[in-house]
Amino acid sequence: MNIHTNEAFGLDLKNRPDISYIANLVKPGERVLDLGCGYGELMLILKNKGVRVQGIEKDDKCIIQCVKKSLYVHHGDIDDGLKHHLDHSFDFVILNQTIQQTLNPGEIIKECLRIGKQVIIVFPNFSHWQIRTSILLSGKTPVTDLMPFHWYDTPNLHYLSGKDFEDFCDFERIKILHRAFFNRTRQIKLFPNLFATLALFVIRA
Amino acid sequence: MNPSETNESFHGSVGVVQTNVVTFESFTLEGGETITPLEIAYETYGTLNEKKDNAILICHALSGDAHAAGFHEGDKRPGWWDYYIGPGKAFDTNRYFIISSNVIGGCKGSSGPLSTNGKTGKPFQSTFPFVSIGDMVNAQEKLIRHFGIHKLFAVAGGSMGGMQALQWSVAYPDRLKNCIVMASSSEHSAQQIAFNEVGRQAILSDPNWNQGLYTQDKRPSKGLALARMMGHITYLSDEMMREKFGRKPPKGNIQSTDFAVGSYLIYQGESFVDRFDANSYIYVTKALDHFSLGTGKELTKVLSKVRCRFLVIAYTSDWLYPPYQSEEIVKSLEVNAVPVSFIELNNPAGHDSFLLPSEEQDSILRDFLSATDDGGFF
Repeated sequence: MNIHTNEAFGLDLKNRPDISYIANLVKPGERVLDLGCGYGELMLILKNKGVRVQGIEKDDKCIIQCVKKSLYVHHGDIDDGLKHHLDHSFDFVILNQTIQQTLNPGEIIKECLRIGKQVIIVFPNFSHWQIRTSILLSGKTPVTDLMPFHWYDTPNLHYLSGKDFEDFCDFERIKILHRAFFNRTRQIKLFPNLFATLALFVIRA
Repeated sequence: MNPSETNESFHGSVGVVQTNVVTFESFTLEGGETITPLEIAYETYGTLNEKKDNAILICHALSGDAHAAGFHEGDKRPGWWDYYIGPGKAFDTNRYFIISSNVIGGCKGSSGPLSTNGKTGKPFQSTFPFVSIGDMVNAQEKLIRHFGIHKLFAVAGGSMGGMQALQWSVAYPDRLKNCIVMASSSEHSAQQIAFNEVGRQAILSDPNWNQGLYTQDKRPSKGLALARMMGHITYLSDEMMREKFGRKPPKGNIQSTDFAVGSYLIYQGESFVDRFDANSYIYVTKALDHFSLGTGKELTKVLSKVRCRFLVIAYTSDWLYPPYQSEEIVKSLEVNAVPVSFIELNNPAGHDSFLLPSEEQDSILRDFLSATDDGGFF
C-alpha cells in the first residue's frame, strides 16, 4: 500500500501546489534523497529540473516503476537504511508523506537532519476541521480523502498536526526555515491548522 | 520434440549460433606470469553498430560458458541465459550487440588448465598459473578491443558474472556506461569460501586426483561430482527443494539414495563431470574466493572510481549470496553518489533465480537499459 499513487489522490500530481512548492525549493545540480519515494512522481519532476535525486522505497512494484522512469531507487526500509550516508551529503532530504508511516519518526527526522543540509517534511494535517468534526460527531476514527484508510488497514502509524510538529521542533531545538500549508488545489494561509489538509516544513539542525 | 515445440522454443531466439575462439599472442596475469598464447572463446548475438556503442558484455557464472543464447547445431536446449537474450528480450539483440565470453581458467574454450603448454606440448593441468577475477576481466577487455569497442554500453552478470561486472566498473571505469550485478558480492564471506573449500577438498580426496595431473580416462570424477552436488544445494532454496522433491522416493534404479532430492543431486553431479574439468573447478572457485573489493569503508574507497550507472539485483531466497551482500555494494555506491538502483526480488528459486524467467526481472533489466540517462550524476 502506498499513498503516493495517483489513485489515492485522484489528482494530477503536476498541479499539486505542495509538489510545485518543493520543486521550487530545490535547485538544479543539488543532491536530493527522497525517503519513501513511491512511484517516483516527485523524483521525476525534480530530475527533469536537473536535480540529482535518488530514493528509498520498500515496495518492489514502486521500484520497477521508478526504474522505468530512469530514476535511482534503493529497495529498503528507511527505518534501517540511512546509516551509511555521510553527514550533510545531501542538499535536501525529503519526507513526502512518509513520516507518519515510519516506526520511529523522531529518530528518523534526526537522522535526516544529519545527512541532509535541509529536510523537507510533508504530512497529512490531522487537525483539519473535517477530521475534527468527524471525530466529534461520529465518535469514530476518521476516513478522509487524504487519509482514506480504516484503522485496520492504514499504513499511517502516527497522526500529527502542524502544531504537533512545531512543538516537536521547539523541544528538539530544530530550526524551522519555512512552513507552508495546502489543500488539494492551493496554498492555505488563513488558519492553516484548521483548513490545511497537508503541512509542509523545511527544517535544519 | 515435435515441430510446434520447436517453433515455440525458437520464438524470440537468436537462432543457431556457434562459439568462436580468438587468439592473442600473449597475456600477462596479475600474478606476473604470462600465458602464451591467450585464447578466448566467445559468442556474439545482434549487430555492432557503426559507432560501436551498443555492445553489452555478458559475464557467466561458475559453470557457465560462452554459449549464453540461441542453439548450437542439433541442440535441444538453448544457451544458459536464453530467457533474457534475443530479439525483443531484455537484452534485445535488435538493439544491442551482445558479447558473451568464456572466462580464462575455465574449460569451455578459453585458456585454462586444459590448454596446451607451448613449452612442454602437454596440457597445463594443475601447472596453469593462478587466475583472478581481475585476470578474467582483463582478458575480456582484450576481446572488446579486438572488436574495436572502446566503451561498452553495459556489462552484466549474475553470481561470479556479477563479480566480473563489478570488477569492470573499477578496473575500466571509463569503458562502460552501465553495470548490472545480480545475486553477487564484493567479496566472499567465510561461509561462501567454506562451501567452495568442501568442493575442492572433495576433488583433492578423489583417488584419481594425482595432484591435478590426472589422465583424461582416469579423472577425479567422483570428487568433482561431489563438489557439484554440494554447490547445487547452495544454488536452490529450502522452499524450492520442498516443492520440487519433498520427501519423495527416487525415480529409476538409483540404489545409493532413498530420496528424489538425492537422485537429482547425483544426476546433477554426474552430468557436470561430462562437461567440466576438475582442475578448472579448483581454479575458478579459488578466483571467486580470492576476489575482494572489501566491505564497508574499504569498498566505498574502491568504488569511488566508478563512472557508470548501476543496477543491483538480489533475491530474498538466495542464501548463497544473501541480499545483504548486494546491499553492501549499493550502499558503498550511494556514498560515492553513483546513480544506482537496487531491488530485492522475491523469487523463491534461491541463488539460481537470476537464470530463471521472471516478469519483474525482465522488465527491470529492460527498463534500466532503455533509460540510459544518468540523471546528471556524472
